[in-house]
Amino acid sequence: MLTNYIKIAWKVLLRHPFYTFITLFGISLTLTVLMVLTSFLDHLFGSHYPETKRDRSLYVMQMMQMDSGRTSRNSGPMSFRFLTEYAKSLKTAERVTICTFVNSSNAYVGSQKIKLNTKFTDADFWEVTDFEFLEGKPYNEQNIANSDQVVVITDDFKKHYFGNGTESVIGKDVEIENIHYRVIGVVKGSPVTRPFTYSDVFYPYTAPKSNYQRAGMRGGYVAILLAKKQSDLKTVQDEFQSHIARIPLPGVQEGFKYAILEVKSEPYLENFIGTLMDGNKGIKTVFFGIIAFIMLMLMGLPAINLVNVNVSRIMERASEIGIRKAFGAPVRTLMWQFIIENIFITFLGGGIALVLTLIIIQLINNSGMIAYADLTINVNVFLISLLVCLVFGLLSGVLPALRMSKLKIAEALKS
Amino acid sequence: MINLTNIEKVYRTSSIETLALNNINLNIRKGEFVSIMGPSGCGKSTLLNIMGLLDEPSKGTVELDGQRVSTYRDKELARLRNEKIGFIFQSFHLINDLSVVDNVEIPLLYRSANGKPRQTYAKEALEKVGLSNRIKHFPKQLSGGQKQRVAIARAIVGKPEIILADEPTGNLDSAMGNEIMNILQTLNNEGATIIMVTHDENMAKRTHRLIRLFDGTQVQ
Repeated sequence: MLTNYIKIAWKVLLRHPFYTFITLFGISLTLTVLMVLTSFLDHLFGSHYPETKRDRSLYVMQMMQMDSGRTSRNSGPMSFRFLTEYAKSLKTAERVTICTFVNSSNAYVGSQKIKLNTKFTDADFWEVTDFEFLEGKPYNEQNIANSDQVVVITDDFKKHYFGNGTESVIGKDVEIENIHYRVIGVVKGSPVTRPFTYSDVFYPYTAPKSNYQRAGMRGGYVAILLAKKQSDLKTVQDEFQSHIARIPLPGVQEGFKYAILEVKSEPYLENFIGTLMDGNKGIKTVFFGIIAFIMLMLMGLPAINLVNVNVSRIMERASEIGIRKAFGAPVRTLMWQFIIENIFITFLGGGIALVLTLIIIQLINNSGMIAYADLTINVNVFLISLLVCLVFGLLSGVLPALRMSKLKIAEALKS
Repeated sequence: MINLTNIEKVYRTSSIETLALNNINLNIRKGEFVSIMGPSGCGKSTLLNIMGLLDEPSKGTVELDGQRVSTYRDKELARLRNEKIGFIFQSFHLINDLSVVDNVEIPLLYRSANGKPRQTYAKEALEKVGLSNRIKHFPKQLSGGQKQRVAIARAIVGKPEIILADEPTGNLDSAMGNEIMNILQTLNNEGATIIMVTHDENMAKRTHRLIRLFDGTQVQ
């Protein structure tokens, strides 16, 4: 039966090449946009290099202090001391890393200035993340305890600073902001879209200008809490919140009197959205509402167009519908036939879209627009794309199938 | 086998009502070969459609094998059409996008028959109408007579008890028409009940019983 449906669908496509072109063009274009978007969202929020353990990580990105009326607030990253006391001490977490976001610096190669991004981290940073060491090794607790002036650099920075040579740069000297450091490791860099791991140069937190000894709760540091397994996330979250609850309230921070203090440990996506929307209540609903609306618009409008084309096509096939009904096809079976045909056409468009998406993401990856961009069509993206094809096929197939089901056999046979 | 009682069919538009059939009472017995004649627009095809469960009467009852079908839902009607009735149309009504064998298989698709037995039955039916050498052809590659033979093969592939033929020879020359008529007579001799609408007196004479309609009323 399925072969019969697909045979018919194929023949119908061949019957009107121009209509077919318009239909497939519309479907392919829509699905390409959706697939590229899905791939980009997966690039942003999925577990990818070097944050391959995101599925069991919690991110602590900012502290929010508010007055009792919640009318004024003060928010931002935390101090190293604060995170050491309240995050590093977690017993339920497998490991906790404390690091800064990126800071801008300059280095010089002769007279040429290189703008670079730097990050201060602890030794656990290299355990919580999954950086690939192309040369050397990460700094360890001993380097930190000794306040060694060592750095881990990315392959990209190595190229800019030391040139394109293939020889190892381990042990070589790097001068950044007039301070000399010894290169201890070279890693494959992380994309700029992963702010917790993106940097050109990584310093131990005891390196100069890290401000790790700064007093008070606020500073320039964030933390990643790594749970032993995904199912432990809630436990780690609860323990962290119990630590935060110990902080006496109200308090004063640099002249600001606060009565409410919020520090959240959240999975990456929630953390990202929360930060984007500044922690307002209902942000997730708003964010996902907007995403759903955009997706619906992207899929809905072409689907409506496809519904129109499909209705004309189905009505053109009234005689066939009459014949099938006369020989015993129940309405429901016929509806399925048309829906399956439509899904088949959508999947053809989906196939074209997949090829187009692969080309586009290769272009994005190679364009250098996003350093170390690694957009892919992985299993998740592929499954979501399949689902999108299915939804699109159903959206544009059900209405024409319903119209068809109302056709009287005798009337259909006359046409 | 088919029993029609007080059948009336009215076609309504917003301003006009047309009485297509008026007080038709008919009883078709098993194994009969009945022809229906009458001028164009007298209601022959409408009557055939009602007997074939393709249309429903405005009034009256239709019984098939003693069962009243007026209360049947779409699914039950579809099953009855599929198992008990085969249709042959004047304009063949083949699906041009499907090959001859795929066209013949259509009734079996809705019986959940597997692919292989389906093809075997379809080939047998095509052999019966002398078209086993055309199974891979498409309707557009066939003559009118060949198309009608494919349509007959499709009508008989599910071994229905009743065959309803709406002017099966209407689009064919007399030689081809005779060939089709011979096939129908053979099928009737094998036990099928056949009801045929025709304009041709000679064809009607070859059937067991003639029913004449005029302006929607049975006159013979």
